[in-house]
Amino acid sequence: MADKIKFAFLLAGGCAGCEMALVDLSENLLDALEHIEVVFWAPTVADVKYKDLEAMADKSIDLAFVDGMVRLSEHEHMVRVLRAKSKILVAFGACASLGGIPGMANIHTNDELFKQAYKDTFSTENPDGVYPQPQYFLDGKYDLTLPAFQDKVRTIQDLVEVDYYVGGCPPHHSFVAKAVEAIVTGNLPPKGSWLTSGKAVCDVCKRNPANEELERLPVETVKRTVDGMPEEKGCLLQHGFVCLGPITQGDCGASCLNVNMPCRGCGGPIPGIKDYGARAVSAIGSILGSEAATDSLLEKFPVLSKLVYRYSLPASRLKSNVR
Amino acid sequence: MKKIEINPITRLEGHGKIAIFLDDAGNVDDAFFQTVEFRGYEKFLQGMPMEEVPRTVSTICGVCRGVHFTASMKASDGVFGVTPTSTGRKLREMYFNAHYIEDHAVILYALGFPDFVVGPEASPAERNIIGLIGKVGAEIGREVLRKRGLAVKIFEMLGGKPNHPVAALPGGWSKRLTEEERVQVAGWADELVELGKLTLQVFDNVVLKNEAYMKLVTGDMYKVPVNYMGSVDEKGRVTYYDGTQKVIDLNGREVGTFTGKGYLDFISERVLPWSYLKFPYQKKMGPWSGITEGEGTNMYCVGPLARMNVGNGMDTPLAQAAYEQFHETFNSRPVHYIQAYHWARAIELLSAAEKLKILAADPEITSPDTVNQNYAITGEGVGIIEAPRGTLIHHYQTDDKGIVTNANLIVATTHNNGPINLAVKKAAKHFIKDGQVNEGLLNYVEMAFRPYDLCLACATHTVTGGVPLKIEIFESDGTLREELSNF
Repeated sequence: MADKIKFAFLLAGGCAGCEMALVDLSENLLDALEHIEVVFWAPTVADVKYKDLEAMADKSIDLAFVDGMVRLSEHEHMVRVLRAKSKILVAFGACASLGGIPGMANIHTNDELFKQAYKDTFSTENPDGVYPQPQYFLDGKYDLTLPAFQDKVRTIQDLVEVDYYVGGCPPHHSFVAKAVEAIVTGNLPPKGSWLTSGKAVCDVCKRNPANEELERLPVETVKRTVDGMPEEKGCLLQHGFVCLGPITQGDCGASCLNVNMPCRGCGGPIPGIKDYGARAVSAIGSILGSEAATDSLLEKFPVLSKLVYRYSLPASRLKSNVR
Repeated sequence: MKKIEINPITRLEGHGKIAIFLDDAGNVDDAFFQTVEFRGYEKFLQGMPMEEVPRTVSTICGVCRGVHFTASMKASDGVFGVTPTSTGRKLREMYFNAHYIEDHAVILYALGFPDFVVGPEASPAERNIIGLIGKVGAEIGREVLRKRGLAVKIFEMLGGKPNHPVAALPGGWSKRLTEEERVQVAGWADELVELGKLTLQVFDNVVLKNEAYMKLVTGDMYKVPVNYMGSVDEKGRVTYYDGTQKVIDLNGREVGTFTGKGYLDFISERVLPWSYLKFPYQKKMGPWSGITEGEGTNMYCVGPLARMNVGNGMDTPLAQAAYEQFHETFNSRPVHYIQAYHWARAIELLSAAEKLKILAADPEITSPDTVNQNYAITGEGVGIIEAPRGTLIHHYQTDDKGIVTNANLIVATTHNNGPINLAVKKAAKHFIKDGQVNEGLLNYVEMAFRPYDLCLACATHTVTGGVPLKIEIFESDGTLREELSNF
């Protein structure tokens, strides 16, 4: 093997679940470290400081992963710096690629989010109705500042050019190894693509009716997972449970279906889809057999945007304020 | 007034920072720990079906990946008016104990031990799991990672994914365990008990036998006398998945117990304009009176140390023996020394492994009867669990269809917000004198809040270790004199 790959990993917003995908390689992580040199990992592994990253030559990092969405100015700054320093930048996981679950906050205004957390919650005691302030003089002498909240959750491609996207919430740890291998061997799709097998969840799902050479039938009643136990066999969509498998990348091996739960789309859109939620609506619509079935969908999921855009609202054409 | 800022990098739950104010003599006048831990979950969960909430709130944290899922799953039982089947409950507990093991292992090996194994004075660049592996040897390091990986396998088997599980159903669990899988888990459980023993051994060798470290563990600079809260079982022992919440005062006297919605009789959260994180207090112990420690305070903390103080023992034999050694060593209850959090964490890792072993041997665990779906919607549910970091409360209201209309979450780090402020202030006062500030302060301040295992620092629960900190020292006129950072 040639020189070690210079590798960087930056957590923007998000939950660090994508970083845990690396930790979850367990003892194989030690093997991986023989092939990659971690030049930056915030929080950092080596004696590398932010200013050191800023001092690195442009394009001196071979491969950089960013996980998490963008909510604070610090996220934005570091993403821009890392982009300049990296030959290949990968938006790693649902938040970086699509906005992720925290992106659902874009359905609400910041004032709505604050009012719920700091005034309306059951155990909150806020007699003076105060909110956290960007700058506050406590007792007239302690000058305390907080970072201001940006208006919306954004994805990495809203800020900088992204070379590749990886779906999943988080990507499975086996996928980390695959992605690195693809990059090492140069076995890569055109820039701007998702690193994916290109197969939908249905293509890898053991429940797919096509495996039994069965025809898909129109669905008459939409079910939530509390409307009867999802069975261990058979297509959940055919049973009436909304499942987004047909339009979602299946690099997960249909992991949720393996424990009898429907797909909610964390893997990201299969190639060719511009707006995940819009396609989800049309895909579900196409299998509903009647007006009554459509009515039952809206009755079961009254805020449909929180189903079809669960992982991808900031990346949608609507961006936000879907009601 | 001179201000020093210590800035951890923005975290997944926002941005934590420490502001220290010096008086004219250069001694600490006051210190504040400020947090952003706010993404608006309590609002954007509204309008979602309750049964979809567990797989959604899991993403609050990728390290405590199992806890928000489990607490909201328990709350969903209440919303749908259903009691889980015995097998469903056991599957939940099996999964939850596996989570305890892998989570505590990451915290200890990546965060807790490096301070002691590599040394509190070591450079932050070495004071991480890589440095730790360098000290204890690659073989042990590899073995710890491999064993922890077994707990992650259990997680994936039961939850669907190695992270962010999806198998929650009100009244139980969506996946049954096959006999083949059970045998596999039983084998792994044996190995995880060994990991628990090894972890306690490491603590014993490295910390308990080291006089200098014991001075830190039993030193006043890391002593924070407050009240404690944790879950106990019907015999008063420490429990994780389900129990009664017990509150004791700083002298060990019981303040009261509660379950479910009773939390509202005990806990109020204050909003202060200088932090995104609210400040809970025990309202049965008097009205809000600020962030104080010692006699008369109504601040309280949660987590492994709180559980050791609130519970009268452990429910498995090896962990019980370790619990007894813990209390014999300190010989004063409750234990107020926060470095003891790490020891308590090691005891709990072993306890969770022992529980896992018992569950894996239970013939009922493979029954197909994993869920009770005799739903009768009540429109309200509270789920309380002991997360690895401490008590976690999820409270939901729904309409008559089970669609969420209101949500309230109190996470462990929030309960600990007051005590963390106290710990940081105390360490700052101890280590900063006459305006002398140096790199060493970084380590010692880190060691003041690291025992609490801040959720806002979840991102640091990686193999990389340390909490990144920056200290900015300003002159009285506001000019920047010096900047120290470890990142």
